[in-house]
Amino acid sequence: MCTLEKRGNLFILTFTGEDQHRFNPNVIGSLLSLLSQVKAEATRGSALITQAQGKFFSNGFDLDWAQAAGSEQGAAERLRQMVDLFKPVIAALLSLPMPTVAAITGHAAAGGFVLALSHDYLIMRKDRGVLYMSEVDIALTIPDYFNALFREKIGDASVRRDFLLRGLKMKGDEAEKRGVVEAAYGGEAEVRQASVRLAENLGRRKWHGEVYAEIRKGLYPQLSAILGLTHKAY
Amino acid sequence: MCTLEKRGNLFILTLTGEDQHRFNPDLISSLLDLLSQVKAQATCGSVLITQAQGKFFSYGFDLDWAKAAGSERGAAKRLQHMADLFKPVIATLLSLPMPTIAAITGHAVAAGFTLALSHDYLIMRKDRGILWMPEVDIAVTLPDYINALFKEKIGDASVRRDLFLRGLKMKGDEAEKRGVVKAAYDGEAEVREASVCLAENLGKRKWNGEVYAEIRKGLYPQLSAILGLSHKVY
Repeated sequence: MCTLEKRGNLFILTFTGEDQHRFNPNVIGSLLSLLSQVKAEATRGSALITQAQGKFFSNGFDLDWAQAAGSEQGAAERLRQMVDLFKPVIAALLSLPMPTVAAITGHAAAGGFVLALSHDYLIMRKDRGVLYMSEVDIALTIPDYFNALFREKIGDASVRRDFLLRGLKMKGDEAEKRGVVEAAYGGEAEVRQASVRLAENLGRRKWHGEVYAEIRKGLYPQLSAILGLTHKAY
Repeated sequence: MCTLEKRGNLFILTLTGEDQHRFNPDLISSLLDLLSQVKAQATCGSVLITQAQGKFFSYGFDLDWAKAAGSERGAAKRLQHMADLFKPVIATLLSLPMPTIAAITGHAVAAGFTLALSHDYLIMRKDRGILWMPEVDIAVTLPDYINALFKEKIGDASVRRDLFLRGLKMKGDEAEKRGVVKAAYDGEAEVREASVCLAENLGKRKWNGEVYAEIRKGLYPQLSAILGLSHKVY
């Protein structure tokens, strides 16, 4: 499932196990709970790293659980339920009073990619793992907050088109070159080390967490509005 | 303070003196006044260059004047007051009926960077001076119109994140490479010459100033809306 540990100023959120780390209502519930904990324990100098074990960062929503509803309508309802449950997770990340880093050591697809993209900095592997929005390939439309996230986090319209309309599976090299991730490294250990280094550097700035979160919301105004986050306009 | 001169078709607005050219209510008022003069005297082929003497383009709002209020609350009010007074300056630049160039020969920080970014073209020094948004470091949030300006002028979401959430001090080389400025040159004289050269080339196109301004507002619709600028939709 997912665990939270504290290492000095760093909060480390980990998807444990060798599975696809799919988001079903239980996992989403846990995520939300752990992020609330992070928020409650935040101090100046805090930083969050979200990471995962195994070959996957996360492959998105639990479509098996959706299909287990037994009918097409039931499956669609379960999927909608997960989309709705997941929205507060993204809202929590967008308003988290500290810098956030996603350490992507495996595939990040659909909801999994969205989770990663909701962090301030993305670090990825060069040699393994893809970023992928599978929706066009499995004939699912994109929730409004997913769209807003992509629009405001990825400035390059061609990149957005390649992800959403082409179902591009983007490797680390290309992701770094095209500005989707901050940096890509050759190997799992390197990604984790770089993420810790970055998080520590950011933490050393000892930013005021609430102000940091307000500035972040101001950077992504449409997304913040869709997520129902109020923004203290100056 | 600031002066305005006319050189052929060029309007040259200069922040004079060797100080930090901090924006207090007096200077803001002068700026607004001079820009109104520029607008009134505009003809086909007019171009504006905004420049500064000394080591600073501008270091932003006059925080000393704000603190002289004597209390934290008083300082916050004075800062808000300057942000409110400054908004029409940006509105005037956005609706100026001629091309505009910022010749950045020194540090452009906070509201100083905002002023520069409100021009159509930015020319900067490679060897000296930085662009910097220190708000995250001094724990103040950003006015809505500044958020909108950066969002619509700088397409690269990573650049905006680096400027706002990381307090990055960006030198001319990086600013040119990452598309924040049009070009960076070695030395003060080279920047001034390049700005004049660019201004003359733009002026030669003899654009209809009113239409130019309308097209500019259409390029930055959210900013224009926040600035209260009506836009003649086609």
